[in-house]
Amino acid sequence: MTVHIHVMDKSFKKGQTAVQVLRDIRLELEDGEFITIIGPSGCGKSTLLKIIAGLDMDYEGTVEINGLPVTGPGTDQGFVFQEHRLFPWLTVEENIAANLSLKDPETRKRVDELIHIVRLKGFEKAYPKELSGGMSQRVAIARALLREPKILLLDEPFGALDAFTRKHLQDVLLEIWRKKHITMVLVTHDLDESIYLGNQVVIMKAKPGSIGRIIPIELPFPRQRAHPLFQEMRRKVLKEFETADELPLIEGLGI
Amino acid sequence: MAKTTMTAEQPNLQKESVRRTDVFKDAGFKEGLKRGVSGLILPFLLFAVWQIVGSLGFVSKTVLPTPVDIVLAFKNLIVSGELFTHLKISVLRAIAGFLLGAGLGLAAGIAVGFSTKTEGVLNPSLQMLRTIPHLAVAPLFILWFGFGEVSKTLLIAKGAFFPIYVNTFLGIREVDAKLFDVARILDFSKWKQIKLLILPSALPNILLGIRLSLGAAWLALVVAELMGATEGVGYMMMDARQFSNTDIVFVGIIIFAVVGKLTDSFVRLLETRLLKWQDTYSGR
Ligand SMILES: Nc1ncnc2c1ncn2[C@@H]1O[C@H](COP(=O)(O)OP(=O)(O)OP(=O)(O)O)[C@@H](O)[C@H]1O
Ligand SMILES: [Mg+2]
Repeated sequence: MTVHIHVMDKSFKKGQTAVQVLRDIRLELEDGEFITIIGPSGCGKSTLLKIIAGLDMDYEGTVEINGLPVTGPGTDQGFVFQEHRLFPWLTVEENIAANLSLKDPETRKRVDELIHIVRLKGFEKAYPKELSGGMSQRVAIARALLREPKILLLDEPFGALDAFTRKHLQDVLLEIWRKKHITMVLVTHDLDESIYLGNQVVIMKAKPGSIGRIIPIELPFPRQRAHPLFQEMRRKVLKEFETADELPLIEGLGI
Repeated sequence: MAKTTMTAEQPNLQKESVRRTDVFKDAGFKEGLKRGVSGLILPFLLFAVWQIVGSLGFVSKTVLPTPVDIVLAFKNLIVSGELFTHLKISVLRAIAGFLLGAGLGLAAGIAVGFSTKTEGVLNPSLQMLRTIPHLAVAPLFILWFGFGEVSKTLLIAKGAFFPIYVNTFLGIREVDAKLFDVARILDFSKWKQIKLLILPSALPNILLGIRLSLGAAWLALVVAELMGATEGVGYMMMDARQFSNTDIVFVGIIIFAVVGKLTDSFVRLLETRLLKWQDTYSGR
């Protein structure tokens, strides 16, 4: 499964004038790759993900999955939003199943399996209001995985979480990635996260949004943040990031 | 609670929180009882004074009958079966008018909510009709349909139509656009989109609309029955007024208050049942 992305131009109209948000973005994703995208706020990361998902078709360029152009949203392209976006009136298991019927034994089995994977046993019947932020995000991930997407797009999925929960979910995601061989595209603000998860780190520049550098990360999994090689990689990406954008980066936070 | 050990401890945590809420419920019950008793003191005093003033003959009974008179009138009306006949007629009228008005209101609200085209065609006219008071259309309905059940039912239906229409319309329009994106990503069919997204999201508004519609139907019923009827609680009151049986007028007022409150409580019960997912202060 390969993904070919070429966005020549994406602009938003503001009254009479059009503001260009993305320019000449080219990305080729190999089967089962894990790409992380990092860049300053407002550089167009979410816009790019929406284009890949087919949620936004108003741009110039093409997105192809396995050689077939994406013509709209669908279950091939899973999406995990920055905020979990669960349906408040559905329970955890109903949210995961959503439009699929839990009465179908096959769906039932796979929902239970996913609840196990994201470690939410005992909360099947809970409503979103009864969940913590991290638990909600795990439900959202399970919901996306149930459709067995070819590509999973994650827009700062762990942005609002504390360090412990974040680390746990990162490991959950890596585990799923290795088990299911889904191609992953994850947008993040966090430099460490981008190196911890990605095969390749894509650094974006702002005004207009474009690709600054693509840095392959050739560290073996599971990665150790404290390892000297990890730290060296981190320095390298940080340096690229600083040259890619004039905005100073706050150490560790990666704002 | 440390988040690191979250997954291991969650099942226990849940059990514990259940137990804790049970304890709270118990305490809440006693608290509620206390508050209930303290809330009764003032009405009790009021009734006592009212009774004494009335018994001593300070006020004429045609102006203000004593509580005991009212209770007796109540008893007599029940024993003779009169109250039940009138109440049955009134309730049937209210139900018929409510079902007609609220049913159409719900349908119109959904139709207008779903399509801006329908909105453009229907909404301006409906909004204009909405501002016409009951009392203003009542003579017209009587001219057209006479004093019979048709004009009454229509008047009640008019009252019940608008609250549910406006609220259903608003509820559908207020569905979170972000959740629409989720529905597109998950490939919802049109029907699933309505069933899983739009209706549940609009349900709080729809239920509010039903509550307001019930209130409006009840109000319109009183107008319709006072206007001219040969049975019903409103007629019973008008009849009693002619013979200066003020106690029966009071019985009528109490009946309207009690039945109104009961239907409202019923919808509230429905609300707590259907909206248990809501993350808002429940007001208890
Ligand atoms: N619907 C829209 N209409 C007009 N402008 C938009 C719209 N969506 C995004 N933009 C603009 O496009 C630019 C990129 O937005 P986008 O949300 O993709 O940024 P981002 O990189 O995801 O930022 P962040 O890291 O803060 O989430 C911003 O300048 C924003 O103002
Ligand atoms: Mg964003």
